[in-house]
Amino acid sequence: MLTTLTPAAAPLGALAKAPTGINGLDEVTGGGLPRGRPTLICGPAGSGKTLLAMEFLVRGATQFDEPGVFVAFEESAEDLAANVASLGFDVAQLESAGRLVIDHVNVNGPEIEDTGDWDLEGLFLRLGMAIDAVGAKRVVIDTIETLFGAFTNTAILRAELRRLFGWLKDRRVTAVITGERGEGTLTRHGIEEYVSDCVIVLDHRVDAQASTRRLRILKYRGSLHGTNEYPFLIGEAGISVVPITSLGLRNRVSTERMSTGVPRLDAMLGEGGYYKGGTVLVNGTAGTGKSTLAAQFCEVTCRRGERALYFAFEESQEEIVRNMSSVGMDLQRAVDADLLRFECFRPSVLGLEQHLFAMQRAVTEFAPAVVVMDPISDLLRIGSEADVSAMLTRQVDFLKARGVTALFTSLNAGTEAALPDQQIASLVDTWLLVKTMEGNGELNRLLYVLKSRGTAHSNQIREFVLTSQGIELADVYVGPQGVLTGSARQAQEALELSDGTARLDDLEQRRVNLERRRDAVAAQTAALWREFEDEADVVGQLLTHGSTGAEDRADQRVEQGRLRRADVQEPGNRAAHDPSKRGV
Amino acid sequence: MDATHDYHQGVAEAAGETWQLRLYVAGQSPKSLRAFANLKELCEEHLVGRYEIEVIDLIEHPALACSDDILAIPTLVRRLPAPLRKIIGDLSDTERVLVGLRLQPSLPR
Repeated sequence: MLTTLTPAAAPLGALAKAPTGINGLDEVTGGGLPRGRPTLICGPAGSGKTLLAMEFLVRGATQFDEPGVFVAFEESAEDLAANVASLGFDVAQLESAGRLVIDHVNVNGPEIEDTGDWDLEGLFLRLGMAIDAVGAKRVVIDTIETLFGAFTNTAILRAELRRLFGWLKDRRVTAVITGERGEGTLTRHGIEEYVSDCVIVLDHRVDAQASTRRLRILKYRGSLHGTNEYPFLIGEAGISVVPITSLGLRNRVSTERMSTGVPRLDAMLGEGGYYKGGTVLVNGTAGTGKSTLAAQFCEVTCRRGERALYFAFEESQEEIVRNMSSVGMDLQRAVDADLLRFECFRPSVLGLEQHLFAMQRAVTEFAPAVVVMDPISDLLRIGSEADVSAMLTRQVDFLKARGVTALFTSLNAGTEAALPDQQIASLVDTWLLVKTMEGNGELNRLLYVLKSRGTAHSNQIREFVLTSQGIELADVYVGPQGVLTGSARQAQEALELSDGTARLDDLEQRRVNLERRRDAVAAQTAALWREFEDEADVVGQLLTHGSTGAEDRADQRVEQGRLRRADVQEPGNRAAHDPSKRGV
Repeated sequence: MDATHDYHQGVAEAAGETWQLRLYVAGQSPKSLRAFANLKELCEEHLVGRYEIEVIDLIEHPALACSDDILAIPTLVRRLPAPLRKIIGDLSDTERVLVGLRLQPSLPR
């Protein structure tokens, strides 16, 4: 959606550029305004043309050793100095140091009558004198169209303006000419016709009661430039044009971790928590404990003596402090120690840009290590999804540039993440999802790490329990019935415990049985030995009376033979008398 | 009070005074020379004996372009009688010069 051009991307031999020093504008223009050529800045009244032009001069004089001349047709030098003093520019000091000249040209229309041929040589001489006085490299003419009200002969005036811009080029000054936006034309009197090298359009729009200033490079001859509308802010340190990707990718990164305040979560994220300077999104449905996670993070940060800034869009400071005390967090102590600060406001009180500005100012003032925005989904009430994600992107860039660790919470209505979350998801480093699960007549909370850049994070789902000692994470049981939480988890824990006891009993029983068996075996062995000894006695006695025994046996055999013979039947006879054995 | 009344009053008030006129030029440009010639001719016709013309070359005194708020060249300034009046151009349109100096009532436009 937004492109960016870095100054380094400009090829060699390209147009020479004069850096503006204005936050973000040099990125958008690929290095600044065309050096030695006039640039037209046009926009409606109050769009910031004069401030932009003045900042270009002031930064030129202070940062780039390029003194400047400001020709003011509309405001007196005193008014102008007073107006820009609010941006921290000390114009009077620059003037006395010979770095800047402000020349207020008083144009009194009605006193002038046109009596024949004339030219603007007087203006040229004035300008030339001012340029020579400070060795100016930059010139601003604000707003030259005022001349159209003073001179009736516009044919001469147009010819003279054309000559003026040519003259400025000859003097090799980088000029900025401002123009009031006209109906159907860029400027009311069409002076864009004479300034064709670079045209920047400023705009000041009100969408959904929120005003946003925007800047667009309409034309930049001979140079690449960003073509989008970039939001810009007029802040205490001047103008900030914020192309989305200009800041985000050049930050120094930290490998340091910051505890989340929940030991098991630290372990889940691997090696001790969120990355310092990272961005964390905690996303979940209502009542899932997002704010509690955020507050816990603040609390642990403050306990280390670092500062945390909490932007709350839904609850007041008192409410948050009270609610968190119910889960064992004493935030009041951190507030009293000036380590924790709450900024509570409804998003609808300001526009997105002002919110961004107000938050950035608060961050600059308080210099926290941690910033919480709770919840960012509330911002959707005052801006479209695209605007909100653009604003958050800038906030992320801003915080990253300062090494501030950010935690955003976001409320989603259903199970799916809302659109800005998806868009911001690519910006965040760590994305935690908290959701509720209904089952067994209970609503339990689950937490898992959806994404965590650069960390060997856990893939496990944990049950998220709010106790009077803060947040605890518990293992969940995954079985045939699915994920078990709450009382089902406790039941499972109890079940496993009793299973264990049963196993122990079983083992003991087996040991006892074994003992008994050993006794039985021993008893049996003893009995066998006894039998054996009895038999050995008998055999011994028999061997002693050996001869008697032999005679007896011979008599017995004779007797037996006689008896058996008497019983003997021939096998063949038996078969003949048995009909069942024949003819099957 | 109409314009004609204004004019007559202005002429009556100015009648006795010496007119102080200042002509701003930039070098010896044709426009500047033409303006001076036209001015001289006009004064001789309407303000004989009671005018002073001071010619200021802004190339020599550029600072005066700032202090006197001069943009266009040539510019004629009526310093006296008050109030101060400014006229620009080479003064070739005599009628408009007379109106601008309030030596003649406004032209119907």
